[in-house]
Amino acid sequence: MNAEPIDRELVPDEEAVADAAAAEDRRLLERTWKYASGLRGWFAEVDHSKIGVRYIVTALIFFALGGIEALMMRVQLARPENRFLGPDLYNQVFTTHGSTMMFLFAVPMMLGLAVYLVPLMVGTRNLAFPRLNAFSYYIYLIGGLFLYTAFFLNTGPDAGWFAYVPLSGPQFSPGKRVDVWAQMITFTEISSLAVALNLITTIFKQRAPGMSLNRIPLYVWAMLVTSFMVVFAMPAVMLSSLMLALDRLIDTHFFNPAAGGDALLWQHLFWFFGHPEVYIIFIPATGIVSSILAPFTRREVFGYMPLVLSLVATGFIGFGLWVHHMFATGLPQLGASFFTAASIMIAIPTGTQIFCWIATLWGGHLRFKTPLLYVLGFLFTFVIGGLTGVMLAAVPLNLQVHDTFFVVAHFHYVLIGGAVFPLLGGLFYWYPKITGRMLSETWGKISFGLVFVGFQVTFFPQHILGLEGMPRRVYTYLPGTGWGSLNLLSTVGAFILGLGVLVYVLNGLVSLRRGEPAGNDPWGSDTLEWSVSSPPPPYNFQFLPTVSGRSPRWLWHDQHPVITGLRSDRREFLITNLMDAEPDHRQVSPGPTLWPFILSLGVGVTFIVGIFTPWGLPIGAVPVTIALIAWFWPRGDQGHKLLKEKS
Amino acid sequence: MNAGMNAGMNGIHWIGRHSALHAHGIEAARIGHLWWLMFWVCSTVFVLVMAATGFAITRRPDSTGLPGPVAPRSRLWMTRVVAGAVGLTIVTLFVLLFASVATGRAVASLGAPSAVVIKVTGHQWWWEVEYQDPQPSHIVRTANEIHIPAGRPVLIRLASNDVIHSFWVPSLHGKRDLIPGHDSQLWIEADRPGTYRGFCAEFCGHQHAHMGLLIIADRPDRYAAWYAAQLQTPPPPASPLEQRGRQVVEAAPCALCHTIGGTTASGSLGPDLTHLASRRTLAAATLPNTAANLGAWIVDPQAAKPGNQMPANSLAPGDLQAVVAYLESLR
Amino acid sequence: MRRHLLSVSILLALALAGCPRETRSFHAPASESARPETVRQVSLQPGAALPKQAASGPYEGNAWAISQGERLYEQYNCVGCHFHGGGGIGPPLMDEQWIYGGSGQNIHDTIVQGRPNGMPSYGGHIPDGQVWMITAYVRTLSGQVPKPERPTRNDELFPHPSEQAMPRKTPKPAQADHPG
Repeated sequence: MNAEPIDRELVPDEEAVADAAAAEDRRLLERTWKYASGLRGWFAEVDHSKIGVRYIVTALIFFALGGIEALMMRVQLARPENRFLGPDLYNQVFTTHGSTMMFLFAVPMMLGLAVYLVPLMVGTRNLAFPRLNAFSYYIYLIGGLFLYTAFFLNTGPDAGWFAYVPLSGPQFSPGKRVDVWAQMITFTEISSLAVALNLITTIFKQRAPGMSLNRIPLYVWAMLVTSFMVVFAMPAVMLSSLMLALDRLIDTHFFNPAAGGDALLWQHLFWFFGHPEVYIIFIPATGIVSSILAPFTRREVFGYMPLVLSLVATGFIGFGLWVHHMFATGLPQLGASFFTAASIMIAIPTGTQIFCWIATLWGGHLRFKTPLLYVLGFLFTFVIGGLTGVMLAAVPLNLQVHDTFFVVAHFHYVLIGGAVFPLLGGLFYWYPKITGRMLSETWGKISFGLVFVGFQVTFFPQHILGLEGMPRRVYTYLPGTGWGSLNLLSTVGAFILGLGVLVYVLNGLVSLRRGEPAGNDPWGSDTLEWSVSSPPPPYNFQFLPTVSGRSPRWLWHDQHPVITGLRSDRREFLITNLMDAEPDHRQVSPGPTLWPFILSLGVGVTFIVGIFTPWGLPIGAVPVTIALIAWFWPRGDQGHKLLKEKS
Repeated sequence: MNAGMNAGMNGIHWIGRHSALHAHGIEAARIGHLWWLMFWVCSTVFVLVMAATGFAITRRPDSTGLPGPVAPRSRLWMTRVVAGAVGLTIVTLFVLLFASVATGRAVASLGAPSAVVIKVTGHQWWWEVEYQDPQPSHIVRTANEIHIPAGRPVLIRLASNDVIHSFWVPSLHGKRDLIPGHDSQLWIEADRPGTYRGFCAEFCGHQHAHMGLLIIADRPDRYAAWYAAQLQTPPPPASPLEQRGRQVVEAAPCALCHTIGGTTASGSLGPDLTHLASRRTLAAATLPNTAANLGAWIVDPQAAKPGNQMPANSLAPGDLQAVVAYLESLR
Repeated sequence: MRRHLLSVSILLALALAGCPRETRSFHAPASESARPETVRQVSLQPGAALPKQAASGPYEGNAWAISQGERLYEQYNCVGCHFHGGGGIGPPLMDEQWIYGGSGQNIHDTIVQGRPNGMPSYGGHIPDGQVWMITAYVRTLSGQVPKPERPTRNDELFPHPSEQAMPRKTPKPAQADHPG
């Protein structure tokens, strides 16, 4: 890595676009930033948009698998004492469903979308650490494949996605099922941490000149807050899953009450991660909502400053309410009141955001396209989920509905309503950018209708079931409980919801070939990613744009200033300073390499072999060491070398 | 009361009250009040927010469709409305916080200097019940069925020696976790006689779904009568069939795990069977306590509760009949 | 090459799927049919010796059944005499000496039939399925099954290394002729 002082000529130059030299420059850029090709190239790729798309597609596949598991559970619960899945399989299915949706779908999806979008939105050519980015993806993929391989070999984890000890401990979960879960956590958390660092650095240091902190797009702000939350929350769960693995594999006693350990310790550590995790999933969705609202209301989102402050406040308060998952464990009155207050307080920033969005809708010139419909569906659903959240914050009420289907309904309202609806809207919105083609609006609306109705029919009855006494995570229930008809209704809803998602996916697949060409900016949007071709070229921007306001593209009109002076014969991007995004220096970005992939294989071997024998550690250390040495071997000026090889 | 309970092998069609919304205990009633307060406040908030959204999306925009920031005049208006809404939110939340804390204190205030103390131990997947008394001869042990005097506070001491369970009787009170290493307690009171169903609310393994219990609140005199009956050793077998049943129970696998007062069966791994016939259900409130169910349960307990810890027993047909007859005599 | 890789991985997958470690069969196995015809207490046979029958029982290597066996080993008070494998009143179970044979079938029969000098006969008192679970567990005490299937620590004050940490002992041949 060599940083050079900035060139004098690095100043906005309006004529540059028209310059005839620009064509030659573009040719050079194409060659420098060319995507790696072939099978080897596939594993060597370090471009953020390629890896971002892989993240999105992989996460969607896991979403589909998690959805199929959900349908299996709903079939099992459709009538009392059903024998479709036995208790053993049901426990594996619900645990895998929860773990998949949280660790293999929601977080990687949100982070993967950001991997794709953030460099485009802040106007740079790649993420700060492209190889680390490739490594993150492979680690995530290996973790996911590992979980599902185990699942199909009857080794799916079966102690619940929050794996409470002692049930998940060595005595009550024999075999390797929970070890698979614990290692999968480690895989995905490493991946998330690496992506978070990548995003933070990119957002802080690579923004286009002029994009000062108060001009960062709201989506990018959301990802910044999310990334910081990842950095602080994920170590807690990595630590606890490591302690669980040690208890299970080498007989430590972290969670053994008889030997001075504590079963409650697990719950504190897990929820210290687990509650922020919800916001790690929700906050990116708020960014998506803001991104969608601007073009479809033709107005800047109202209340930039309150929205950003709300995000930051959510990020802080989100760490102060983990104990509301543990009210039933018995807490001193005062402590419980504190966590009640914190849990209720978080409704203030969330409420502020919702009011700002409604104000945006009020002031806007609405276009009722599918993405906006998803935002409206989000408002309806998420407000219900937020309000039941306030109910759950009250200790006495929590003691009644905790661990019942009321909670199941609540968090699906928050996570599907609050995150998946915006996500589906967001994917619809950015699909043209990613693929270059439009999705079918008709089928988009049909799928929205199915998803929305299916969702409400599935989950609304579950509130009532919970109040009527149905505990969660039961594989069946007695006929005399009277829960049969509402459960049947819920199952019917789940299939409608599943059909909606299926229509959405088919729409996406068909439009890949049949969709209308999108052009650079089909929606008339305000952020930088829409100023480049669809899909974006590998170097993203031929000339780095400059930004003079919060909606840069709406302020450009006929002409806009750009940056020149970056070299085109090697991978370079511009580093700007933290507060005001003033150009600081140029930075060379590494090109394609296989080492991140090889390192991820080494790490995979370490973790997977490690659950069968402690020898996994020394065995895995060999490839890991080799890969790390090769990865960081000093190579001098990579840009020149690359160019020499090609010419 | 038992009319609906003899309802066939695989289903209990009458299982006791189990709704958090229909309180039969003082604490559940207080929580119920909090619930309805929350429900109406939240419903109002929801309706208002949705009305605002509806108003916002149906409003005819007063300006052109050119993209950009909102007009300054609208902006001021919007700022005021949003600020007002946030202020209102904060006030509402404080009201709810106050209501929650007040209810919490009220719920925690139940207690009595001399009350029935019942120790409940969670096992995979049944509840061990022990009525505590300073005099060892006055201790009653039973399982999955708790009789309490109506209208009087009862102290439940909770413990678990395997995994985490959670004791929850929705009609009477919220739940309380049973965490190994953290014994806890819970006061409950049923304000009128009735049968209330309890559940295990924390996932505890294969048969979490079938880990129920019944709380039977009786008039104090009937409760006292029940307690007195439980203190008695069951009468010796009356018929030759029951006699044979007792012999089989004492010799066969049963005795290794179960205790029957007055016999040599003194295992402590499964529920105490001393007064089995006086209980309404089998298998942790899963099956009605009928002779047919009992027989089927003994032969193949894994059919009704797959994964539970009672093994299948291959008894000779005559022996099975005798065992069932004997167990049904343990009133 | 690729085809080889594919077939190898399919075979591997099938092998893993067939691996009994994670199965949880709640219904008692048809143990009578799994039971081989003969269990020899002595090595002397008329004529040439017949091939040895590997009779490890229906739960060999099944982690869940082994953990059930561990629970029953405590609850049925096997610990009372054999302790946690180290022996005391009864012979140790964690060494290489097997007085009445160390195969699953031998151990099962020892439990069911009882043995002179103190080992009670549990036949009819413990259901056969549970006897097989205890058998599967007893075999982990001397490391007779691979480590991933063996129990690790329990939630208790731990006076002994867990079964997983026990070194594997190669059983010496049955010495029924010289008990003790």
